Parts: sequence; structure tokens; C-alpha cells
Amino acid sequence: MAESRKTIWPLLLPIYLFTLVFVFAPLVYLVVLSFMTRAEVWGAVPRLTLDNYKRILEPLYLRVFAESIRLAVSSTAIILLAGYPFGYFMARMSPRWKKRMMVLLMIPFWTSTLIRLNGWIIVFRSNGVLDKFLMALGLTDRPLKLLYSYPAVLVGMVYALLPYMILSVYSSAEKMDWSLTEAARDLGAGRFQAFVTITLKHTLPGVLSGVILTFIPSMGLFFIADLLGGNKIVLVGSVIQEQLTKGRNLPFAAALSVVLFVLTSLFIALYRRIVHTGEPEGLY
Amino acid sequence: MVVFNLTQFSGKELTALPENGRIPRNLVGIGGRINTVSDTILELKKIKKSFGGNTVLNGLDISIGRGEFLTLLGASGCGKTTTLRIIAGLEQPDGGDILLDGESILSKEPNRRNVNTVFQNYALFPNMNVEKNIGYGLKIRKRPKEEIRRRVKEMLEMVQLPGFEKRMPDELSGGQRQRVAIARAVINQPQVLLLDEPLGALDLKLRRQMQLELKRLQKKLGITFIYITHDQEEAINMSDRIAVMRNGVFEQIGTPNEIYDHPETSYVADFVGNANIYRTPDKTYAIRSENILLGGEPECMIPAVVEEKSFAGGQLRILFALEDGQKITASRYGIDYDLNTGERIAIGWKEASAAEVIDNG
Repeated sequence: MAESRKTIWPLLLPIYLFTLVFVFAPLVYLVVLSFMTRAEVWGAVPRLTLDNYKRILEPLYLRVFAESIRLAVSSTAIILLAGYPFGYFMARMSPRWKKRMMVLLMIPFWTSTLIRLNGWIIVFRSNGVLDKFLMALGLTDRPLKLLYSYPAVLVGMVYALLPYMILSVYSSAEKMDWSLTEAARDLGAGRFQAFVTITLKHTLPGVLSGVILTFIPSMGLFFIADLLGGNKIVLVGSVIQEQLTKGRNLPFAAALSVVLFVLTSLFIALYRRIVHTGEPEGLY
Repeated sequence: MVVFNLTQFSGKELTALPENGRIPRNLVGIGGRINTVSDTILELKKIKKSFGGNTVLNGLDISIGRGEFLTLLGASGCGKTTTLRIIAGLEQPDGGDILLDGESILSKEPNRRNVNTVFQNYALFPNMNVEKNIGYGLKIRKRPKEEIRRRVKEMLEMVQLPGFEKRMPDELSGGQRQRVAIARAVINQPQVLLLDEPLGALDLKLRRQMQLELKRLQKKLGITFIYITHDQEEAINMSDRIAVMRNGVFEQIGTPNEIYDHPETSYVADFVGNANIYRTPDKTYAIRSENILLGGEPECMIPAVVEEKSFAGGQLRILFALEDGQKITASRYGIDYDLNTGERIAIGWKEASAAEVIDNG
């Protein structure tokens, strides 16, 4: 055992170094920066203070955090509800169709998300594609003013992040041993019971990685809120970006980032707790 | 109306049953007489199935008796697993009917059929321990926790794994997983237990042991077993009846003795016990290698040349080439026989040991 650890050490060294330099060091820098004081023109001076964190407690910024969490939770929930069935059924398709679906999923990645979001602006703006369509159908009689609203941002989030959920669920459903589900059916479980007690449990790792891959970005993807929400929807990501560029307040941006980081980690940990230890009562 | 044929059961089973002091209720009709109507538990009627234009089952017909051990024997791809999956309800046939206890179960979902399966790879739930695996069926049926615990314990004792409740499937050996899979199926008290090559993954010694154990278990429970294997020796060892399958049909159904001694076709003769197929211009015969006589007896009238000698499984096998090019293998116990390669002798067989068969390759 000790011997094998010794021999594996040189192989792991690059990974440790990489993590140290590119993950750990920036994080430490960020935390340290968040306790410093803003410099006159640009940067920070090493005068330690808690002011940056105190400022986050102002109602204005608390609202921004609440708004961000609300958006992240609801878009992740919608993405999960839409993405799970998609990934699940994709895994049950014939190899030929799997390939086709994979290509369809990859096509959006060929274009920049920014450009694709501009497509949504055309759809959502006043007298845009959606308005014209709804009015032609006689469902509405005047433009809905959907652009620069919460629903528009939500749609943008879901649209941009859905593929990550689909691919995560697909990759774990793909590895699923379907004979287990058959065994459950054979042992007396109905379709739904077999799904909940066996299939769902075996695809949970995919769901978890899908949630992580969508929840974290949806807390921080400021440009979606900027493009589709205008100045009405202000998210933490937008505030951080603004403080960095227009506000030139690096320490405050760092403090916001640290809080965002901690909150996101807390939510993921909470989610893992619920998913791993809690068994849906009555179903199994 | 199904009339039960007594010869379907080997006599030894009927005499072996009272061993435990009582005759199972399901074998005895009113007044202790063998019931002639309800002794068929499962009936397949003209079952057909094809996958994408590829016919897998081409009209299967069979009646299976209560408490019978039936083996579906055939090479891979003959349709035996599909047959099992259709009985379990995991596959829908294209045509035909399945009667369980006289009632069609064709439209029933797998969970509504009183039939359980031991899957080829066992399909144990990897995230549940042995107790939860075995108790799964009872839990789904919402049985009280106390009852589940007690019956799982009984099952584990029956399959000789007492105290294994908290083990996880990946901590078990192949043989142990196999027993858990059987316990998980049997705990639901199915009318028919389907076993898909359950011993396929075990080594030879363990296989032999498990064969005996399965047979013992089947007698004790009195449940009908439908057992799949491609191993003719296993089929002969365990079964009350064997159904030899080929290309989606039953080529012959009979007791191990009937199948071994009176094969109806050359395929069955060859598949079960590798019999020699000897063709005359108008007839085809199957002769077991151990029944080939090697000179010195009045039946030995066919000139033959020794082509090859090999030793396998405690048997010496001697391959002869006949003058018309046909090959005949003789086998003898022992490691050598006074015959050399290239030697010419006259061989033959007793008329009684040659079974006339339909020549179908």
C-alpha cells in the first residue's frame, strides 16, 4: 500500500500543481481581495476591512441575491423537468437515432450563445415574432411586452442551459442496466413504481451533475439577464461585472463573488442531502 | 379441455414426493386421485414472435404440468430466452396465447402475472442489500415490515445463506448472488419460476453442486420450473421433461430418457449427447458413441479406418472414417485402447442401439 502510493505520487503531481495554481490560488486571492480596501483609481490597497461584506447586507444587494436565487432555482427546476425525460428517452432510442439526436443537441454549440440570445430578442420584442404569431391566432390583441421581463430571462436561461442537463441525464441513463427495471417489473412493481425505485435511483448521479451544471451558471450568467432582462432584472452576476468594470471596485466585486460561491455551494450541498438520504415515502 | 398425460411426469418424482411425509396439495385431486384437469399450470399456444422481419418463434405449443421441471434446451439464438421473456410478460408475442392456470395472461402486465424470473445476469439491485433485494417484491405489495423480515430470513435459510441480510450484491460470490436471485424470485410464491441459464456464469464444480441444490429446492417448493440451458448434460441431470428448441420451434419434447434414447431427429440426436448420425441411401440412424462395437462381434460388418484418437472427460474417443466418407466416433472409458491411427477394422452396432431419425442436419 505504502509502496504503491510512493509510485503513484509523481503521476499525481501535475494534477496537484494544476489545481493549486489554477483553482486554489485564484480562490485564495479572491477571498483575500474581498477583505481589502478599494484603491483610489484602480485595484486594491492592503488595508483589511469588513466593509465590503457589510455593504452586501444593504437591502439593494440582498434583493439582488434573492432575485438571483429565485431565477436559478426556477430555471434549474424547469430544466430538470424538461431535460430528464428528454435524456431518458434518448438513452432508450436505437443507436442510429441516438446519433441523430446527439447531432441535433450539438448544433446550437456551433454558434455563440450571445448570437443565439439575440435571436430570442427578435422573438420577444414588442411586435416581434411571438407577438405577431399570437395576434395572428387571435389569442392576444396587443403586444405583450415580453422582452425585458422575468419570463424572458427565464426562457433564455432554460434555453442556454438545457443541453447540459439532457447530456448529463443521457450519459447516466445510457449506462443503466435495463434488466434491473425488468426485474423490478417481474417482481411486482408497476411501471411507475419500477421507475421510481430503480430507474430514477440509478440515473440520480446524472441528475446531480445536470443540476450542478445548470444551477451554478444560472446564478452567474449575467449576459442573459442583461440581454433579455434589460435593466429590470439585475442578477448577482451583473452586479459583479458592473463593479469590476464601471464601478472599478475590485474588493467589493470579490466579496460578492465569495458570497455567491458560498451560497451556490450551500445549495448544491442541500440538494445532495435531500436526494441522497431522503427516500420518497410510500413509493419505496 | 386439457387432458393431462401421466407419462409427462417421470415416475420417480411421484414416488419421491411423500418423502417429507405429505403429498403436496397441488398434485392431488379430490379423494386423493391425481387430478386430470388442473394439473396443467402453463400452456403455450402457437406462440409466434419476430423482431424486424426476423422470425424468432414460429408457433410454440406446449403444456407444462404443475410442479414439473421443464428444460428448454437449445443452442444460442434458438429463441429460448425470448420464450421465457414472453411468459414473464417482458415481451409481447405477435400471435398465440399463454394460459396460466387455465386463464389467458397475454394482456396482463409483467407485475400482474404470478410468474417470477431468475435473470441470466441475476439483475440484483446493486444499491440494495441482500435483505432489500429479496424483500423487494413483498415491499412493493406493501406487506408489513415484520413479515418481510421474517420471510427474508426464511428464504436465506432455505438457500443456505443465513445471516447474509446486510451484505451488498458486490460483496457476494457468483454462487451466492445466484442464490439471492432465486430467493428474491421464490419469496413471491410464483406459480411458475422462470430460470434463464442461471448457472451459466459459474464454474463447473459449482454448477454441479447448484444443479443438485436447485433440483432439491424445486421438489421442496413444488413450484413449476421452466429452466433454460444450452448444456445438454445439465438438462438431462435436472429435468422431468426436456423441450429441445431449434429455429423457434420445439423439435422434440420428452423425458430425458426419451430424448437421449429415442431422438426423433438427427439434430436432437447430435445436440443431446453428440450421437453419430449414420445415413444409408433411404434411412438415417442415430447411434451413441458408447454403443459402437469395435470388432469381434457378429454385428461388426462395416470396414473403417482409425483416423484420430483423443482423450476428453475421462473418455477415449476414436474417430473412424467409413469407406463412403462418413465419420463415426466410438468412445470407451479408459485412457487407451489397442488401436492405432490408420488401422483398419470392422465396426458395427446392435440393432437396438440405432434409433431411426428424421434427417434434418
